Amino acid sequence: MYLSDGTTRPHYLNYDHWLKEQPAERLSQKRAEADALFHRVGITFAVYGQEEGAERLIPFDIVPRVLPLEDWIRIEGALKQRVRALNSFLHDIYHDQQILKAGVIPPEQVLCNSQYRPEMQGVDVPSDIYAHIAGIDIVRDDTGEFLVLEDNLRVPSGVSYMLENRKMMMRLFPELFSAHRVAPVDHYADVLLDNLRSVAPTGVADPTVVLLTPGAHNSAYFEHAFLAQQMGIELVEGQDLFVRDEAVFMRTTQGPQRVDVIYRRIDDDFLDPLVFRPDSMLGVPGLLTAYRAGRITIANAIGTGVADDKSIYPYVPAMIHFYLGQAPIIGNVHTWMLRKKEDLDYVLAHLPELVVKEVHGAGGYGMLIGPASTKAQIEAFRHQIIATPERYIAQPTLALSTSPTFASQGLEPRHIDLRPFVVSGRDVTIVPGGLTRVALQEGSLVVNSSQGGGTKDTWVLEA
Amino acid sequence: MLSRTADHMYWMSRYIERAESLARLVDAHYRMSLLPHDDAALAQSLRATMTALQMEDAYWERHDTIEPRAVFEFVSLDREFSGSIFSCLRAARENARAVRGSLTSELWETLNSTWLDARTLVAHSAPHADIGQFVEWVKERSHLTRGVAVGTMLRDEAFHFTRIGTFLERADSTARILTAHQTDLKPGADAGAVPDPFAWSVLLRALSAFEVYRRVYRNVITPVKVAQLLILRDDMPRSLLRCCKEVYSNLRSVTNEHSAETERRAGEMHAMLHFTRMEDILSSGLPEFLEQFLGKLRDLSDRIAIDFLVPPAEA
Repeated sequence: MYLSDGTTRPHYLNYDHWLKEQPAERLSQKRAEADALFHRVGITFAVYGQEEGAERLIPFDIVPRVLPLEDWIRIEGALKQRVRALNSFLHDIYHDQQILKAGVIPPEQVLCNSQYRPEMQGVDVPSDIYAHIAGIDIVRDDTGEFLVLEDNLRVPSGVSYMLENRKMMMRLFPELFSAHRVAPVDHYADVLLDNLRSVAPTGVADPTVVLLTPGAHNSAYFEHAFLAQQMGIELVEGQDLFVRDEAVFMRTTQGPQRVDVIYRRIDDDFLDPLVFRPDSMLGVPGLLTAYRAGRITIANAIGTGVADDKSIYPYVPAMIHFYLGQAPIIGNVHTWMLRKKEDLDYVLAHLPELVVKEVHGAGGYGMLIGPASTKAQIEAFRHQIIATPERYIAQPTLALSTSPTFASQGLEPRHIDLRPFVVSGRDVTIVPGGLTRVALQEGSLVVNSSQGGGTKDTWVLEA
Repeated sequence: MLSRTADHMYWMSRYIERAESLARLVDAHYRMSLLPHDDAALAQSLRATMTALQMEDAYWERHDTIEPRAVFEFVSLDREFSGSIFSCLRAARENARAVRGSLTSELWETLNSTWLDARTLVAHSAPHADIGQFVEWVKERSHLTRGVAVGTMLRDEAFHFTRIGTFLERADSTARILTAHQTDLKPGADAGAVPDPFAWSVLLRALSAFEVYRRVYRNVITPVKVAQLLILRDDMPRSLLRCCKEVYSNLRSVTNEHSAETERRAGEMHAMLHFTRMEDILSSGLPEFLEQFLGKLRDLSDRIAIDFLVPPAEA
């Protein structure tokens, strides 16, 4: 919001002016109001490892994160480019594997990856789209450069917070929205449904789309219910579906009803107990047979995890060159791959200043943040790295951009990132905005909600 | 709609209705306990009520004697007892949460805030809870929930299943309350006099029927007329006839290819009540009548579960 010399960035001028006029009591009253509303509406997430039924709010910060239009245009272009390349990559590795033959990516990196699904080899999916919904995490470093930190192509979540945060801001501060031209986001559900319908199996005129959830105890259950309601589709659990003659049906009060598209919010491993984890109670026996026969579309497709794996991430810029013949508009964070000897040597020598991540880790678990760790923690991690270097990557500790955030002492700078949601199907579409996550602990770089992160409304200002 | 969704909707409304019925019973007894009263009669009435609601065993596990205050707290606030008002509100909310995407936002928020408030209330005021205020509040929340459902829901299957749940539960509750007071309704007791004004007013108040009775009959309270009002009056919202009529008409709106027999039985229950005279019920025995009625109601709800919802074995 502010430049280093204390002046306000141009796109924040209007907001800053408004903020300075607000009495402190009004703002704290509005914060309390926001908490009460989130509780009543039940916008909560379940916390793993706590007593059943434990639900917590994701802390919501009432100071919005503002992006000027020119930044957004750049981000939008970059993400469309990136997701197109990732979908091309997924189609390629499950068909001809040209990128492997061309030597751009070492074949074992893909074929020996636990997220690679041999069951998908040679299976055609509608419009060749695999990652129908992608959440791409973007950060900004101290030079003001945007960088992609992570691709989420399995079951990316958080879009409901993007939508609810906007609703909340409009409810709390309607006057701000008449003073700013904030690009709307609330058509996301329409965009999503339209794209999901467009990838139905061929020959289905009026497809039935459902959202498959693991159930009310899942941490993202609120989002599943929310999206199903916004799209006007059924929210189903595995037990509601069954497969007969290679077609998928749901059990309704009027008997079985055919299902054409499943927007699934459960991992590959749990989808079909006959093929993947046999102990899964969440899936649908026989689903993969129907899928391979082309009688049902699953979004995201089975096997997309191989493209969002952290060991594949370093190759995404090369994919953009390979499939699109373009230079990436927004690049990656520099990444050392510890399975390479020279990278490993460098990283082991510089552990205190780096961030080390597990290749298959997610949610901010299984990582080492060098500058924030004790000597003992670093040494413990060093042993793990040496034992299985191929399980890790390392990145420089970024001086992530900050945004003013309410803390106990009033407004203080906190680190943020941004996750826009890219929807592919009929076209590649991004609603202007995304989920801004904020690390609420002073100095912390971890924005994950499971690790004490919060969220902000994200404004893209129209000219 | 999904069978599982219908099942949750149905149970959501059953639990809210059950919470209200219990609140009404507690409320009626609680008011009596504040007036000059016969301790033995109050204890007897509480005991009979708990027996009819099949709560007695759970109560005896916790207490040795019938103490009005203990009974009120047990029925209203006991967190461990699955039949308490508190537990019903939790169950209603759990069912609602499982299908929150299929509820209107207003309905979900109403059920959710009811549960959140109940939890806070019970956590903060447990030892000195104002029972009267609590049950009054539960009744209000139930009225509100029903009003929000009627005022915001699309008239589709989901709505009909919530209505079926509401009226099956209400029929069950009225029949059980009558069962608890059956001794007062003996044919011989109908000499025109009031055998036990205490028991009567509890019964009538618990069913919002006290003022209605005066208005309809403009006369002293007699057992036959009370039974008439609560069993056979079509215009009395908590009577058995009214409830069966609502169940039947909502069931007819959701029929599927397996449900003909279920629909026929619901229609038969409605017709039986519609064409029966009070004298016939009393002469063949009210207790037998009520027992039979509760049996048929159970059969009906089992059949509804099998035809439309999640059959008990699968659930």
